[in-house]
Amino acid sequence: MSFLRGRDDTKPWTGAYAPYDLIKELCVAIGVIALLAVLLTVLFSSPDDKPSTIAQWSRQMPVDFVTTATAELDGKSGTAEYGPPYNHNGSGQHIAFIELQKWLGVSHPIDTANDYVINPLHSVPGNPALQSAIATYQAAPAKTQAAWTEAYSAALEKATVGPGGAVRVPPGAYGPVPVMMNGLLALAQSGGLDGALLTSSQFFQTDYTNPLLFMADGGVLEKRAEAQHLLGDQWGMMNETGSYPGQVWLWLYTFWYQIEPFKESENADALVMALMGLLSLAFICVPFIPGVRDLPRGIPIYKLIWKEHYREQGA
Amino acid sequence: MSTTTPPGTRTSWTTRTRERAVDALPPEKLLPDGQPTYVASWIYVFGVASIAALIVIISSGMVLALKGPAWWHYTGIGHFFNSIHLWSVELFFFVMVVHLWGKYWMAAWRGGRARVWITGAITFIVAVPCALTGYVSQQNFDAQWISTQAKDGLNSMGIGAFFNVTNFGQMYSYHVLLLPLAVMGLVAAHVLLVRRHGVVPPFELKTGSAGSAPAAVPPTAEATPNAGGGRS
Repeated sequence: MSFLRGRDDTKPWTGAYAPYDLIKELCVAIGVIALLAVLLTVLFSSPDDKPSTIAQWSRQMPVDFVTTATAELDGKSGTAEYGPPYNHNGSGQHIAFIELQKWLGVSHPIDTANDYVINPLHSVPGNPALQSAIATYQAAPAKTQAAWTEAYSAALEKATVGPGGAVRVPPGAYGPVPVMMNGLLALAQSGGLDGALLTSSQFFQTDYTNPLLFMADGGVLEKRAEAQHLLGDQWGMMNETGSYPGQVWLWLYTFWYQIEPFKESENADALVMALMGLLSLAFICVPFIPGVRDLPRGIPIYKLIWKEHYREQGA
Repeated sequence: MSTTTPPGTRTSWTTRTRERAVDALPPEKLLPDGQPTYVASWIYVFGVASIAALIVIISSGMVLALKGPAWWHYTGIGHFFNSIHLWSVELFFFVMVVHLWGKYWMAAWRGGRARVWITGAITFIVAVPCALTGYVSQQNFDAQWISTQAKDGLNSMGIGAFFNVTNFGQMYSYHVLLLPLAVMGLVAAHVLLVRRHGVVPPFELKTGSAGSAPAAVPPTAEATPNAGGGRS
Protein backbone atom coordinates (compact mmCIF):
# COMPACT_ATOMS: atom_id res chain seq x y z
CA MET A 1 0.00 0.00 0.00
CA SER A 2 3.04 2.28 0.05
CA PHE A 3 2.22 3.50 -3.45
CA LEU A 4 -0.79 5.23 -1.93
CA ARG A 5 1.46 7.41 0.19
CA GLY A 6 3.91 8.31 -2.55
CA ARG A 7 7.11 10.26 -2.01
CA ASP A 8 6.71 12.47 1.01
CA ASP A 9 9.80 14.01 2.59
CA THR A 10 7.83 16.65 4.47
CA LYS A 11 9.14 17.08 7.98
CA PRO A 12 7.66 19.05 10.86
CA TRP A 13 8.58 22.72 10.77
CA THR A 14 11.44 23.57 13.10
CA GLY A 15 12.04 27.08 11.85
CA ALA A 16 10.95 30.51 12.96
CA TYR A 17 7.46 31.65 13.91
CA ALA A 18 5.83 35.03 13.54
CA PRO A 19 3.16 36.54 15.78
CA TYR A 20 -0.33 35.69 14.63
CA ASP A 21 -3.75 36.74 15.93
CA LEU A 22 -6.19 34.07 14.78
CA ILE A 23 -9.32 35.52 16.36
CA LYS A 24 -8.59 39.01 15.04
CA GLU A 25 -8.03 37.61 11.55
CA LEU A 26 -11.34 35.74 11.66
CA CYS A 27 -13.22 38.83 12.86
CA VAL A 28 -11.68 40.98 10.13
CA ALA A 29 -12.53 38.32 7.53
CA ILE A 30 -16.15 38.18 8.69
CA GLY A 31 -16.33 41.96 8.49
CA VAL A 32 -14.87 42.06 4.99
CA ILE A 33 -17.08 39.26 3.66
CA ALA A 34 -20.20 40.76 5.26
CA LEU A 35 -19.33 44.14 3.76
CA LEU A 36 -18.81 42.59 0.34
CA ALA A 37 -22.15 40.74 0.60
CA VAL A 38 -23.93 43.97 1.56
CA LEU A 39 -22.22 45.83 -1.27
CA LEU A 40 -23.26 43.19 -3.80
CA THR A 41 -26.78 43.24 -2.34
CA VAL A 42 -27.04 47.02 -2.71
CA LEU A 43 -25.67 46.88 -6.25
CA PHE A 44 -27.45 43.80 -7.60
CA SER A 45 -30.15 42.67 -5.13
CA SER A 46 -31.36 39.12 -5.96
CA PRO A 47 -33.77 37.64 -8.51
CA ASP A 48 -37.29 36.65 -7.54
CA ASP A 49 -39.39 35.90 -10.61
CA LYS A 50 -42.88 34.91 -9.56
CA PRO A 51 -43.70 31.22 -9.96
CA SER A 52 -45.95 30.02 -12.75
CA THR A 53 -49.32 28.64 -11.74
CA ILE A 54 -51.58 26.20 -13.52
CA ALA A 55 -54.23 28.93 -13.60
CA GLN A 56 -51.88 31.28 -15.49
CA TRP A 57 -50.77 28.50 -17.79
CA SER A 58 -54.34 27.51 -18.70
CA ARG A 59 -55.34 31.12 -19.33
CA GLN A 60 -52.29 32.15 -21.33
CA MET A 61 -51.66 28.88 -23.20
CA PRO A 62 -55.00 27.03 -23.19
CA VAL A 63 -54.17 24.82 -26.18
CA ASP A 64 -50.86 23.76 -24.65
CA PHE A 65 -52.63 23.07 -21.37
CA VAL A 66 -55.30 20.91 -23.01
CA THR A 67 -52.70 19.10 -25.15
CA THR A 68 -50.72 18.28 -22.00
CA ALA A 69 -53.82 17.20 -20.09
CA THR A 70 -54.87 14.92 -22.96
CA ALA A 71 -51.41 13.33 -22.92
CA GLU A 72 -51.78 12.79 -19.16
CA LEU A 73 -55.17 11.15 -19.74
CA ASP A 74 -53.96 8.71 -22.39
CA GLY A 75 -50.64 7.99 -20.66
CA LYS A 76 -48.39 9.57 -23.28
CA SER A 77 -46.91 12.46 -21.29
CA GLY A 78 -43.38 12.65 -19.96
CA THR A 79 -44.53 11.88 -16.42
CA ALA A 80 -46.92 9.11 -17.55
CA GLU A 81 -44.06 7.27 -19.29
CA TYR A 82 -41.33 8.27 -16.83
CA GLY A 83 -40.94 5.10 -14.81
CA PRO A 84 -39.49 5.11 -11.27
CA PRO A 85 -39.86 6.85 -8.90
CA TYR A 86 -43.30 7.88 -10.23
CA ASN A 87 -44.69 4.76 -11.92
CA HIS A 88 -43.79 1.48 -13.62
CA ASN A 89 -44.51 2.69 -17.16
CA GLY A 90 -40.82 3.01 -18.03
CA SER A 91 -37.64 1.34 -16.88
CA GLY A 92 -35.76 4.59 -16.34
CA GLN A 93 -32.12 5.25 -17.14
CA HIS A 94 -29.31 2.79 -16.72
CA ILE A 95 -25.58 2.32 -17.16
CA ALA A 96 -24.96 -1.07 -18.77
CA PHE A 97 -26.57 -3.57 -16.38
CA ILE A 98 -26.79 -1.08 -13.50
CA GLU A 99 -30.41 0.08 -13.23
CA LEU A 100 -30.47 2.08 -10.01
CA GLN A 101 -33.55 4.03 -11.02
CA LYS A 102 -35.49 0.80 -11.50
CA TRP A 103 -34.00 -0.94 -8.48
CA LEU A 104 -34.91 1.86 -6.07
CA GLY A 105 -38.53 1.53 -7.16
CA VAL A 106 -41.62 3.73 -7.15
CA SER A 107 -41.60 5.96 -4.07
CA HIS A 108 -43.92 8.76 -5.27
CA PRO A 109 -46.65 6.96 -7.26
CA ILE A 110 -48.36 9.11 -9.88
CA ASP A 111 -51.21 7.83 -12.07
CA THR A 112 -51.44 10.77 -14.45
CA ALA A 113 -54.90 9.93 -15.85
CA ASN A 114 -56.51 9.75 -12.44
CA ASP A 115 -54.32 12.18 -10.49
CA TYR A 116 -54.18 14.95 -13.10
CA VAL A 117 -57.51 14.60 -14.92
CA ILE A 118 -60.23 12.29 -13.61
CA ASN A 119 -59.98 12.90 -9.85
CA PRO A 120 -59.87 16.72 -10.20
CA LEU A 121 -62.85 16.53 -12.57
CA HIS A 122 -64.76 14.45 -10.02
CA SER A 123 -64.35 17.34 -7.59
CA VAL A 124 -66.25 19.77 -9.88
CA PRO A 125 -69.73 20.23 -8.40
CA GLY A 126 -73.00 20.89 -10.22
CA ASN A 127 -72.01 19.74 -13.69
CA PRO A 128 -73.95 16.59 -14.64
CA ALA A 129 -72.80 16.73 -18.28
CA LEU A 130 -69.18 16.64 -17.15
CA GLN A 131 -69.76 13.78 -14.70
CA SER A 132 -71.60 11.89 -17.42
CA ALA A 133 -68.67 12.40 -19.80
CA ILE A 134 -66.27 11.04 -17.19
CA ALA A 135 -68.50 8.02 -16.65
CA THR A 136 -68.68 7.40 -20.40
CA TYR A 137 -64.92 7.64 -20.73
CA GLN A 138 -64.26 5.30 -17.79
CA ALA A 139 -66.80 2.76 -19.04
CA ALA A 140 -65.26 2.61 -22.52
CA PRO A 141 -62.72 -0.12 -23.43
CA ALA A 142 -59.07 0.97 -23.32
CA LYS A 143 -58.86 0.72 -27.11
CA THR A 144 -61.77 3.13 -27.54
CA GLN A 145 -60.32 5.51 -24.95
CA ALA A 146 -57.03 5.54 -26.85
CA ALA A 147 -58.79 6.17 -30.18
CA TRP A 148 -60.66 9.15 -28.70
CA THR A 149 -57.58 10.73 -27.09
CA GLU A 150 -55.36 10.13 -30.12
CA ALA A 151 -57.92 11.71 -32.46
CA TYR A 152 -58.38 14.60 -30.07
CA SER A 153 -54.60 15.10 -29.67
CA ALA A 154 -54.24 15.26 -33.46
CA ALA A 155 -57.13 17.71 -33.71
CA LEU A 156 -55.55 19.97 -31.09
CA GLU A 157 -52.91 20.90 -33.64
CA LYS A 158 -55.68 22.83 -35.43
CA ALA A 159 -57.33 24.07 -32.26
CA THR A 160 -58.60 27.59 -31.76
CA VAL A 161 -59.47 29.41 -28.58
CA GLY A 162 -63.05 30.52 -28.33
CA PRO A 163 -64.79 33.08 -26.12
CA GLY A 164 -64.18 32.49 -22.45
CA GLY A 165 -60.92 30.71 -23.16
CA ALA A 166 -62.47 27.36 -24.23
CA VAL A 167 -60.52 25.27 -26.74
CA ARG A 168 -62.30 24.35 -29.99
CA VAL A 169 -61.26 21.63 -32.39
CA PRO A 170 -62.67 20.56 -35.79
CA PRO A 171 -65.53 18.02 -35.49
CA GLY A 172 -64.38 14.44 -35.03
CA ALA A 173 -64.81 11.17 -33.15
CA TYR A 174 -63.45 12.25 -29.80
CA GLY A 175 -66.15 10.72 -27.57
CA PRO A 176 -66.44 12.53 -24.23
CA VAL A 177 -62.86 13.81 -24.29
CA PRO A 178 -63.61 17.42 -25.42
CA VAL A 179 -66.17 17.84 -22.62
CA MET A 180 -63.71 16.48 -20.08
CA MET A 181 -60.83 18.61 -21.35
CA ASN A 182 -62.84 21.82 -21.44
CA GLY A 183 -64.12 20.98 -17.97
CA LEU A 184 -60.54 20.58 -16.76
CA LEU A 185 -59.55 23.77 -18.57
CA ALA A 186 -62.35 25.69 -16.83
CA LEU A 187 -61.30 24.24 -13.48
CA ALA A 188 -57.68 25.21 -14.14
CA GLN A 189 -58.56 28.73 -15.30
CA SER A 190 -60.57 29.26 -12.12
CA GLY A 191 -57.50 28.31 -10.06
CA GLY A 192 -59.17 25.18 -8.77
CA LEU A 193 -56.70 22.73 -10.31
CA ASP A 194 -53.73 24.30 -8.52
CA GLY A 195 -55.40 23.37 -5.25
CA ALA A 196 -56.80 20.05 -6.45
CA LEU A 197 -53.33 18.74 -7.35
CA LEU A 198 -52.03 19.54 -3.88
CA THR A 199 -54.89 17.86 -2.07
CA SER A 200 -53.91 14.83 -0.07
CA SER A 201 -55.11 12.89 2.92
CA GLN A 202 -53.86 15.53 5.33
CA PHE A 203 -54.71 19.22 5.61
CA PHE A 204 -51.19 20.65 5.49
CA GLN A 205 -49.24 20.08 2.33
CA THR A 206 -45.65 20.83 1.34
CA ASP A 207 -45.13 18.38 -1.52
CA TYR A 208 -45.46 20.07 -4.94
CA THR A 209 -44.44 17.03 -6.97
CA ASN A 210 -47.81 16.59 -8.70
CA PRO A 211 -48.39 20.16 -9.94
CA LEU A 212 -44.71 20.64 -10.81
CA LEU A 213 -44.51 17.50 -12.93
CA PHE A 214 -47.80 18.36 -14.62
CA MET A 215 -46.52 21.83 -15.55
CA ALA A 216 -43.16 20.40 -16.61
CA ASP A 217 -44.98 18.10 -19.06
CA GLY A 218 -46.38 21.18 -20.78
CA GLY A 219 -44.66 24.16 -22.30
CA VAL A 220 -45.26 26.80 -19.65
CA LEU A 221 -42.05 26.35 -17.68
CA GLU A 222 -39.93 25.62 -20.73
CA LYS A 223 -41.11 28.75 -22.54
CA ARG A 224 -40.11 30.96 -19.62
CA ALA A 225 -36.87 29.04 -19.12
CA GLU A 226 -35.83 29.48 -22.73
CA ALA A 227 -36.37 33.21 -22.49
CA GLN A 228 -34.22 33.23 -19.35
CA HIS A 229 -31.43 31.08 -20.90
CA LEU A 230 -32.12 28.19 -18.53
CA LEU A 231 -32.53 25.26 -20.91
CA GLY A 232 -30.19 22.30 -20.76
CA ASP A 233 -28.41 23.26 -23.99
CA GLN A 234 -28.03 26.77 -22.59
CA TRP A 235 -26.03 25.48 -19.59
CA GLY A 236 -29.28 25.86 -17.68
CA MET A 237 -28.46 23.93 -14.51
CA MET A 238 -25.88 26.50 -13.45
CA ASN A 239 -27.82 29.62 -14.48
CA GLU A 240 -30.63 31.42 -12.78
CA THR A 241 -33.15 33.99 -13.90
CA GLY A 242 -31.78 37.34 -14.98
CA SER A 243 -28.05 37.85 -15.29
CA TYR A 244 -27.15 36.47 -11.88
CA PRO A 245 -24.26 34.04 -11.53
CA GLY A 246 -26.42 31.15 -10.29
CA GLN A 247 -24.80 27.87 -9.33
CA VAL A 248 -21.57 28.42 -11.23
CA TRP A 249 -19.94 25.65 -9.24
CA LEU A 250 -22.05 23.23 -11.29
CA TRP A 251 -20.18 24.19 -14.48
CA LEU A 252 -18.47 20.84 -14.84
CA TYR A 253 -21.71 18.94 -14.25
CA THR A 254 -23.45 21.08 -16.88
CA PHE A 255 -20.51 20.86 -19.27
CA TRP A 256 -20.96 17.15 -19.93
CA TYR A 257 -24.49 17.71 -21.24
CA GLN A 258 -23.08 19.95 -23.98
CA ILE A 259 -20.86 17.28 -25.55
CA GLU A 260 -21.14 13.78 -27.00
CA PRO A 261 -21.71 11.02 -26.05
CA PHE A 262 -23.78 12.54 -23.25
CA LYS A 263 -25.61 15.13 -25.34
CA GLU A 264 -27.70 12.67 -27.37
CA SER A 265 -27.71 9.72 -25.01
CA GLU A 266 -31.00 8.42 -23.61
CA ASN A 267 -29.10 7.74 -20.41
CA ALA A 268 -27.37 11.13 -20.29
CA ASP A 269 -28.43 11.92 -16.72
CA ALA A 270 -27.21 8.59 -15.37
CA LEU A 271 -23.94 8.81 -17.29
CA VAL A 272 -23.24 12.38 -16.18
CA MET A 273 -24.13 11.62 -12.56
CA ALA A 274 -21.91 8.54 -12.57
CA LEU A 275 -19.03 10.46 -14.13
CA MET A 276 -19.39 13.28 -11.61
CA GLY A 277 -19.51 10.70 -8.83
CA LEU A 278 -16.23 9.22 -10.03
CA LEU A 279 -14.64 12.66 -10.42
CA SER A 280 -15.82 13.63 -6.93
CA LEU A 281 -14.26 10.47 -5.54
CA ALA A 282 -11.04 11.28 -7.37
CA PHE A 283 -11.14 14.81 -5.97
CA ILE A 284 -11.37 13.42 -2.43
CA CYS A 285 -8.59 10.94 -3.14
CA VAL A 286 -6.14 13.42 -4.72
CA PRO A 287 -3.47 12.72 -2.06
CA PHE A 288 -3.41 9.07 -3.14
CA ILE A 289 -3.55 9.32 -6.93
CA PRO A 290 -0.11 9.02 -8.54
CA GLY A 291 0.50 11.78 -11.03
CA VAL A 292 -2.25 14.05 -9.75
CA ARG A 293 -0.64 14.25 -6.32
CA ASP A 294 2.80 14.80 -7.85
CA LEU A 295 1.86 17.60 -10.21
CA PRO A 296 2.24 20.45 -7.68
CA ARG A 297 5.88 19.47 -7.14
CA GLY A 298 6.52 19.51 -10.89
CA ILE A 299 4.83 22.82 -11.66
CA PRO A 300 6.49 25.51 -9.56
CA ILE A 301 3.42 27.51 -8.62
CA TYR A 302 4.52 26.83 -5.06
CA LYS A 303 7.52 29.05 -5.67
CA LEU A 304 5.15 31.97 -6.11
CA ILE A 305 3.20 31.05 -2.99
CA TRP A 306 6.30 30.70 -0.83
CA LYS A 307 8.53 33.18 -2.62
CA GLU A 308 9.21 35.14 0.60
CA HIS A 309 10.22 31.94 2.34
CA TYR A 310 12.55 30.81 -0.43
CA ARG A 311 14.09 34.28 -0.67
CA GLU A 312 14.79 34.25 3.05
CA GLN A 313 16.25 30.79 2.75
CA GLY A 314 18.53 32.03 -0.02
CA ALA A 315 17.30 29.49 -2.51
CA MET B 1 -2.50 15.70 31.88
CA SER B 2 -2.67 12.01 32.59
CA THR B 3 0.06 12.20 35.22
CA THR B 4 -2.02 14.62 37.30
CA THR B 5 -5.22 12.62 37.10
CA PRO B 6 -6.28 11.38 40.56
CA PRO B 7 -6.43 7.61 41.01
CA GLY B 8 -9.87 6.21 40.40
CA THR B 9 -10.69 8.51 37.50
CA ARG B 10 -8.80 6.43 34.93
CA THR B 11 -11.97 4.60 34.00
CA SER B 12 -14.02 7.78 33.69
CA TRP B 13 -15.18 8.31 30.11
CA THR B 14 -15.17 12.04 30.73
CA THR B 15 -11.58 12.04 31.99
CA ARG B 16 -10.36 9.91 29.15
CA THR B 17 -12.17 12.02 26.58
CA ARG B 18 -10.71 15.22 28.05
CA GLU B 19 -7.22 13.76 28.19
CA ARG B 20 -7.35 12.56 24.62
CA ALA B 21 -8.73 15.89 23.42
CA VAL B 22 -6.10 17.91 25.25
CA ASP B 23 -3.34 15.55 24.12
CA ALA B 24 -4.47 15.92 20.51
CA LEU B 25 -5.06 19.63 20.67
CA PRO B 26 -3.49 21.44 23.62
CA PRO B 27 -4.81 25.03 23.99
CA GLU B 28 -1.70 26.59 22.48
CA LYS B 29 -2.19 24.43 19.41
CA LEU B 30 -5.92 25.00 19.22
CA LEU B 31 -5.63 28.78 19.41
CA PRO B 32 -2.06 29.58 18.38
CA ASP B 33 -0.67 33.09 18.62
CA GLY B 34 2.22 32.41 16.29
CA GLN B 35 2.62 30.89 12.88
CA PRO B 36 5.54 29.59 10.83
CA THR B 37 7.23 32.35 8.89
CA TYR B 38 6.48 30.66 5.56
CA VAL B 39 2.80 31.47 6.06
CA ALA B 40 3.24 34.74 4.21
CA SER B 41 1.05 34.81 1.14
CA TRP B 42 -2.38 36.14 0.22
CA ILE B 43 -3.43 32.61 -0.67
CA TYR B 44 -3.69 31.81 3.05
CA VAL B 45 -6.44 34.38 3.44
CA PHE B 46 -8.91 32.28 1.45
CA GLY B 47 -9.22 29.58 4.10
CA VAL B 48 -10.37 31.95 6.80
CA ALA B 49 -12.43 33.84 4.20
CA SER B 50 -14.31 30.59 3.49
CA ILE B 51 -15.16 30.26 7.18
CA ALA B 52 -16.15 33.92 7.33
CA ALA B 53 -18.46 33.51 4.32
CA LEU B 54 -20.01 30.44 5.93
CA ILE B 55 -20.70 32.47 9.08
CA VAL B 56 -22.38 35.21 7.02
CA ILE B 57 -24.43 32.58 5.16
CA ILE B 58 -25.61 31.00 8.40
CA SER B 59 -26.33 34.36 10.03
CA SER B 60 -28.40 35.64 7.10
CA GLY B 61 -30.06 32.24 6.78
CA MET B 62 -31.05 32.35 10.45
CA VAL B 63 -32.72 35.72 9.92
CA LEU B 64 -34.64 34.26 6.96
CA ALA B 65 -35.54 31.17 8.99
CA LEU B 66 -36.87 33.31 11.85
CA LYS B 67 -39.50 34.83 9.59
CA GLY B 68 -40.30 31.79 7.47
CA PRO B 69 -39.72 30.83 3.84
CA ALA B 70 -42.24 33.27 2.29
CA TRP B 71 -41.17 36.43 4.15
CA TRP B 72 -38.53 37.55 1.69
CA HIS B 73 -40.99 37.57 -1.20
CA TYR B 74 -43.22 40.34 0.15
CA THR B 75 -41.01 42.56 2.32
CA GLY B 76 -38.09 44.77 1.37
CA ILE B 77 -36.11 43.84 4.46
CA GLY B 78 -36.73 40.16 3.75
CA HIS B 79 -35.50 40.56 0.19
CA PHE B 80 -32.44 42.40 1.53
CA PHE B 81 -31.50 39.49 3.78
CA ASN B 82 -32.21 37.02 1.00
CA SER B 83 -29.82 38.96 -1.22
CA ILE B 84 -27.13 38.89 1.47
CA HIS B 85 -27.73 35.15 1.79
CA LEU B 86 -27.35 34.68 -1.98
CA TRP B 87 -24.22 36.79 -2.35
CA SER B 88 -22.53 35.28 0.68
CA VAL B 89 -23.10 31.86 -0.91
CA GLU B 90 -21.52 33.09 -4.14
CA LEU B 91 -18.58 34.49 -2.16
CA PHE B 92 -18.32 31.27 -0.14
CA PHE B 93 -17.93 29.13 -3.24
CA PHE B 94 -15.55 31.60 -4.85
CA VAL B 95 -13.16 31.82 -1.90
CA MET B 96 -13.46 28.10 -1.22
CA VAL B 97 -12.49 27.23 -4.80
CA VAL B 98 -9.48 29.58 -4.64
CA HIS B 99 -8.57 28.03 -1.27
CA LEU B 100 -8.80 24.52 -2.71
CA TRP B 101 -6.66 25.38 -5.74
CA GLY B 102 -4.13 27.06 -3.47
CA LYS B 103 -3.96 23.98 -1.28
CA TYR B 104 -3.64 21.76 -4.32
CA TRP B 105 -0.60 23.62 -5.62
CA MET B 106 0.92 23.49 -2.14
CA ALA B 107 0.23 19.74 -2.07
CA ALA B 108 -1.21 20.45 1.34
CA TRP B 109 -1.83 16.76 2.06
CA ARG B 110 1.89 16.18 2.63
CA GLY B 111 3.33 15.29 6.00
CA GLY B 112 0.40 13.19 7.18
CA ARG B 113 -2.22 15.80 6.26
CA ALA B 114 -4.33 13.67 3.89
CA ARG B 115 -7.33 13.91 6.22
CA VAL B 116 -7.14 17.70 6.05
CA TRP B 117 -7.50 17.54 2.27
CA ILE B 118 -10.21 14.89 2.43
CA THR B 119 -12.40 16.83 4.87
CA GLY B 120 -11.95 19.97 2.78
CA ALA B 121 -12.89 18.19 -0.45
CA ILE B 122 -15.94 16.55 1.15
CA THR B 123 -17.01 19.93 2.52
CA PHE B 124 -17.03 21.33 -1.01
CA ILE B 125 -19.01 18.35 -2.30
CA VAL B 126 -21.59 18.56 0.52
CA ALA B 127 -21.90 22.32 0.06
CA VAL B 128 -23.17 21.76 -3.49
CA PRO B 129 -26.46 20.02 -2.49
CA CYS B 130 -26.69 22.44 0.44
CA ALA B 131 -26.89 25.26 -2.11
CA LEU B 132 -29.09 23.27 -4.49
CA THR B 133 -31.69 22.67 -1.78
CA GLY B 134 -31.68 26.41 -1.19
CA TYR B 135 -32.32 27.12 -4.86
CA VAL B 136 -35.26 24.70 -4.97
CA SER B 137 -36.69 26.11 -1.72
CA GLN B 138 -37.01 29.65 -3.08
CA GLN B 139 -40.71 29.30 -3.95
CA ASN B 140 -40.29 31.23 -7.19
CA PHE B 141 -39.83 30.39 -10.87
CA ASP B 142 -36.17 29.54 -10.33
CA ALA B 143 -37.21 26.90 -7.81
CA GLN B 144 -39.83 25.47 -10.17
CA TRP B 145 -37.41 25.20 -13.07
CA ILE B 146 -34.36 23.99 -11.17
CA SER B 147 -36.32 21.35 -9.26
CA THR B 148 -38.01 19.94 -12.38
CA GLN B 149 -34.63 19.79 -14.14
CA ALA B 150 -32.58 18.47 -11.22
CA LYS B 151 -35.01 15.64 -10.56
CA ASP B 152 -33.92 13.77 -13.69
CA GLY B 153 -30.26 13.53 -12.69
CA LEU B 154 -31.16 12.41 -9.18
CA ASN B 155 -33.86 9.99 -10.35
CA SER B 156 -31.49 8.42 -12.87
CA MET B 157 -29.29 7.18 -10.01
CA GLY B 158 -32.19 6.18 -7.77
CA ILE B 159 -31.54 9.11 -5.42
CA GLY B 160 -34.93 10.60 -6.25
CA ALA B 161 -36.58 7.69 -4.47
CA PHE B 162 -35.64 9.22 -1.11
CA PHE B 163 -34.51 12.77 -1.98
CA ASN B 164 -37.32 14.48 -3.86
CA VAL B 165 -36.36 17.95 -5.12
CA THR B 166 -39.97 18.75 -6.00
CA ASN B 167 -41.02 18.24 -2.37
CA PHE B 168 -40.60 21.70 -0.87
CA GLY B 169 -41.02 20.52 2.72
CA GLN B 170 -38.27 17.93 2.41
CA MET B 171 -35.90 20.29 0.59
CA TYR B 172 -36.44 23.07 3.11
CA SER B 173 -35.59 20.68 5.97
CA TYR B 174 -32.43 19.61 4.21
CA HIS B 175 -31.49 23.21 3.46
CA VAL B 176 -32.00 24.80 6.86
CA LEU B 177 -30.91 21.92 9.08
CA LEU B 178 -29.45 18.68 7.78
CA LEU B 179 -26.98 19.87 5.14
CA PRO B 180 -25.81 23.00 7.04
CA LEU B 181 -25.13 20.74 10.03
CA ALA B 182 -23.10 18.46 7.79
CA VAL B 183 -21.13 21.39 6.33
CA MET B 184 -20.48 22.90 9.75
CA GLY B 185 -19.41 19.55 11.15
CA LEU B 186 -17.03 18.98 8.26
CA VAL B 187 -15.59 22.49 8.53
CA ALA B 188 -15.08 21.99 12.27
CA ALA B 189 -13.28 18.70 11.64
CA HIS B 190 -11.21 20.32 8.88
CA VAL B 191 -10.14 23.24 11.06
CA LEU B 192 -9.31 21.00 14.03
CA LEU B 193 -7.17 18.83 11.75
CA VAL B 194 -5.37 21.93 10.49
CA ARG B 195 -4.73 22.96 14.08
CA ARG B 196 -3.47 19.50 14.95
CA HIS B 197 -1.11 19.11 12.01
CA GLY B 198 -0.25 22.74 11.34
CA VAL B 199 0.06 24.40 7.95
CA VAL B 200 1.96 22.32 5.43
CA PRO B 201 5.60 23.45 5.10
CA PRO B 202 7.01 24.48 1.70
CA PHE B 203 8.59 21.95 -0.62
CA GLU B 204 12.25 21.47 -0.02
CA LEU B 205 14.23 22.81 -2.95
CA LYS B 206 16.86 20.51 -4.36
CA THR B 207 19.52 23.19 -4.29
CA GLY B 208 18.75 24.83 -0.99
CA SER B 209 17.74 24.33 2.55
CA ALA B 210 14.17 25.46 2.29
CA GLY B 211 11.15 23.57 3.54
CA SER B 212 11.34 21.85 6.85
CA ALA B 213 15.05 22.11 7.17
CA PRO B 214 16.39 23.85 10.24
CA ALA B 215 15.49 27.49 10.05
CA ALA B 216 17.93 30.23 9.25
CA VAL B 217 16.36 32.16 12.09
CA PRO B 218 15.73 29.96 15.10
CA PRO B 219 12.45 30.32 16.94
CA THR B 220 12.50 33.03 19.57
CA ALA B 221 10.74 32.97 22.86
CA GLU B 222 8.95 36.15 21.89
CA ALA B 223 7.55 34.77 18.67
CA THR B 224 6.75 31.19 19.50
CA PRO B 225 5.44 30.68 22.99
CA ASN B 226 2.12 29.24 21.83
CA ALA B 227 2.62 28.44 18.22
CA GLY B 228 1.69 25.12 16.77
CA GLY B 229 -1.22 25.44 14.44
CA GLY B 230 -1.65 27.85 11.66
CA ARG B 231 -4.11 29.27 9.25
CA SER B 232 -6.38 26.98 7.34
